[in-house]
Amino acid sequence: MTAQTGRFDGWTAVAVALTGGYLLMIIWPLVLVLINSVAVGGTFALAGFETFFSSRLYYGTLINSILVTVCVTLLSLAIAFPLAYFMTMFRVMGNGMAQVLILASMMSPPFIGAYSWILLLGNNGMITQLVQDVFGFKPPSIYGFVGIVLVLTLQLVPLIFTYLMGAWRTVDVSLLEASESMGITGWRRAVQVITPLLWPTVLGGSLLVFVRAFADFGTPMLIGQGYRTVPVLIYSSFVGEVSIDKSFAAFVAVIVIIVTLAVFLFQKYLVDRQKISMTAMRSIEPKRLTGWRNIAIHAYVYGFLALALAPLIVVVISSFRNTLYGQFVDGYSLRNYVGAQRDIFRYVGNTFSIGLTALAILVVVAILLAYVTVRRRGPLSGTLDTMTMVPYVVPGLIIGIALVTAFSQGPIILTGTFAIMVIALAIRRLPYSARSIAALMHQFNTSIEEAAISLGASKFRTLVQVIVPALAPGILSGAVLSWVTIITELSTTLFLYNTSTQTLSLGIYAQVIRGQLGTAAALSTILLVLTMISLFLLMRLPGGQRALRV
Amino acid sequence: MTAIALRSLRKEYGGQIAIADLDLDIREGEFFTLLGPSGCGKTTLLRMIAGFNSIEAGTISFDGVVINDKPSAARNIGMVFQNYALFPQMTAAKNVAFGLQTRNIGKGESARRVEAALHSVHMDHLKDRLPGALSGGQQQRVALARALVISPALLLMDEPLSNLDAKLRVEMRDTIRQAQREAGITTVYVTHDQEEAMAVSDRIAVMNLGLVQQVGTPAEIYRNPANRFVAEFIGKTNLLERDALQRDGRLVVELGEGVTLDITEVVGKTTDGTMQISVRPEAVRAADSGIQAEVVDETFLGSHSQVRARLSSGETIEFLEFSHRASLWQRGDKVTLQLDTSMLTFFDAEDGVSVMRGASK
Repeated sequence: MTAQTGRFDGWTAVAVALTGGYLLMIIWPLVLVLINSVAVGGTFALAGFETFFSSRLYYGTLINSILVTVCVTLLSLAIAFPLAYFMTMFRVMGNGMAQVLILASMMSPPFIGAYSWILLLGNNGMITQLVQDVFGFKPPSIYGFVGIVLVLTLQLVPLIFTYLMGAWRTVDVSLLEASESMGITGWRRAVQVITPLLWPTVLGGSLLVFVRAFADFGTPMLIGQGYRTVPVLIYSSFVGEVSIDKSFAAFVAVIVIIVTLAVFLFQKYLVDRQKISMTAMRSIEPKRLTGWRNIAIHAYVYGFLALALAPLIVVVISSFRNTLYGQFVDGYSLRNYVGAQRDIFRYVGNTFSIGLTALAILVVVAILLAYVTVRRRGPLSGTLDTMTMVPYVVPGLIIGIALVTAFSQGPIILTGTFAIMVIALAIRRLPYSARSIAALMHQFNTSIEEAAISLGASKFRTLVQVIVPALAPGILSGAVLSWVTIITELSTTLFLYNTSTQTLSLGIYAQVIRGQLGTAAALSTILLVLTMISLFLLMRLPGGQRALRV
Repeated sequence: MTAIALRSLRKEYGGQIAIADLDLDIREGEFFTLLGPSGCGKTTLLRMIAGFNSIEAGTISFDGVVINDKPSAARNIGMVFQNYALFPQMTAAKNVAFGLQTRNIGKGESARRVEAALHSVHMDHLKDRLPGALSGGQQQRVALARALVISPALLLMDEPLSNLDAKLRVEMRDTIRQAQREAGITTVYVTHDQEEAMAVSDRIAVMNLGLVQQVGTPAEIYRNPANRFVAEFIGKTNLLERDALQRDGRLVVELGEGVTLDITEVVGKTTDGTMQISVRPEAVRAADSGIQAEVVDETFLGSHSQVRARLSSGETIEFLEFSHRASLWQRGDKVTLQLDTSMLTFFDAEDGVSVMRGASK
């Protein structure tokens, strides 16, 4: 009866188009994976199930994955909690810089960590050889369980750390003063007062770490060797080191999706149940410590920083070392760069062309998605909101498998094209971007939009001329963050590239697998520099630091 | 200038009635205020007129033309919001120019009109500032200029002063009133502040529970409130409960201590029954004769003081004292009070509706 109740306008069309895109690009491919997992040669079969549980070779990977994941989660938490506690409660020299570096180590390409620890502690690693030369024995191997746990822990501590720091910022100093006035101080206060306050954050952060560690592919692939985890099993059954069994790979992928989905739902349930709402009127003033305590907290903070940054430094140094048949030999030069320059130009060119195209599409789609879901509540936008979160729950490797399954045959063939790389990268990042822009729009006052409309502007004009420019700083820093994750993404695109669409991160992976360690180090250095420049840019943007805080 | 007619207007939120069959006429060029406590439906009604809220039933018409289905953008309204709602990335001048831009008005004319609008709210010197660099009062001036510059058919204001401090509020309401008079634009203004409503309005609609309780000029609704709610909401008042009695063909109420009031002439209803009498604080004064009371306390406020006293009936009455006594009354002091009959309003104690002769509906 009125203009509002019908509400079929351009935005409904946008919502329908977005839904269609999602159904085609994500839901349909994932449904295909699901069908493949229980269908062999066109008939329904639980062959995957039987195979998986018939041999320790297969179900063992699940045990391995769970062991790794639990260890990584607990270790990350055990390291991150004191780190956040010290950096909030006490004066730490260079605190700001240290926080930035911790964030930078989180944003660095994940698999470079694994590769770098191989350079340090691998069979021909720098430390391995040093120990062998000086003491005459071989230090314990980095390959396998220990290596995976080490690399993933160092990678994921910053994630929990940023969550914790975010929570700390909401703790009002009066809560601490109140407990002090009741005679509870020091560690008792940390345990009795602070921990319960931070508990929901700790839990939420831990479960995210759990999912990340569980779904990580690059690290166990590079450093795991015989110690195979579930993602590695999926990869090897899909590309077929021994035998290609796509149905089996699909079945294992479904197991992974079930596990991650269960953890996400559990996390959501816990967070919703235990929400503590706090806003700090006065945030905590760090205290100056003296004597051995002061030295101890500095040693802890900088000790962690050294471990977290070591891989990055090692990679950069290694990139200048001379190599022979891919292995490092004595002497330093620019040969790794010069020798691989043609590849380097190709990788860098692809990284930029594919990455920027994906980024542009991502930002536009995320803005439309956020607008439709925030401002146009309805059954359609509700569905859209749920679908947006699908790539958040489904690991990148499985998205890659789904896309390759759906688009390597049948009506639409996209595998190996520029388009599929762009689509995959955009899809992978979409939940994060859409969420952060939606959060910005939630905070944006509706009456500003109403003011524009009352002045005669259409809804579209309001979006383009008022909302987007007003949110531009936030959208821009979100885009830079997305750019960093796009250029360091590996697992999603692993099945989708060919030589003409190979990006830097895919190049590094290929070179490491091929044993070309020198070229890999050079490429890693370039990727690292690119990442650091982007992060530096982000820090300089207004509100950029906030964008990094998860 | 535009006249607005609302007919049997209805709005529901999930089964809850927010506006119930409301009829209202707003005259051309009038400064019309919707006044009421929070949740009374005044903002809902304003947003229905603006086109931001849907209409469940009834019609809204501008100059006789029903605009129910017209989208907000096509209604040619200027709106001023409580939180200013300036576009944060645009300067004051660009904010004001926005509405002209959507109307495809040429650069030269646009610049001239922006200049004039900012001048009328005394903001021309700050036209290149971003909203973030302006104070609340300055932002609201820009918002007012932005709403006025498009020469809207109707100016809508939703609690435009409630985010400002007390002193600025008084200053701003003069600016608003002046700008509205100069432009001669029909204006609908929403507020919960009765003093503000009295100060700016030509007419006021007092609303409660989604219903219009009374429409009238500020003086009318203050002096002759239609019901107990209006009497208590507008200004301060004391409510005394008394039985009306027939005596020698006259209708009288006994106030206390043998003091009776003959209300045959003022009250329209001739039946007897329990009544509530609204006694404004300024209708009470201490005198040599009258009803007996005992002082509870006296608060000195400079120009006058405020006294609370207990009547022999046990009711407490509050009134103003302008005398210059050397010392304040103390608790327990005996006083004699006289009531100004012409300033009293009588309500039916049961339904709270005015029983005054010629009471407005």
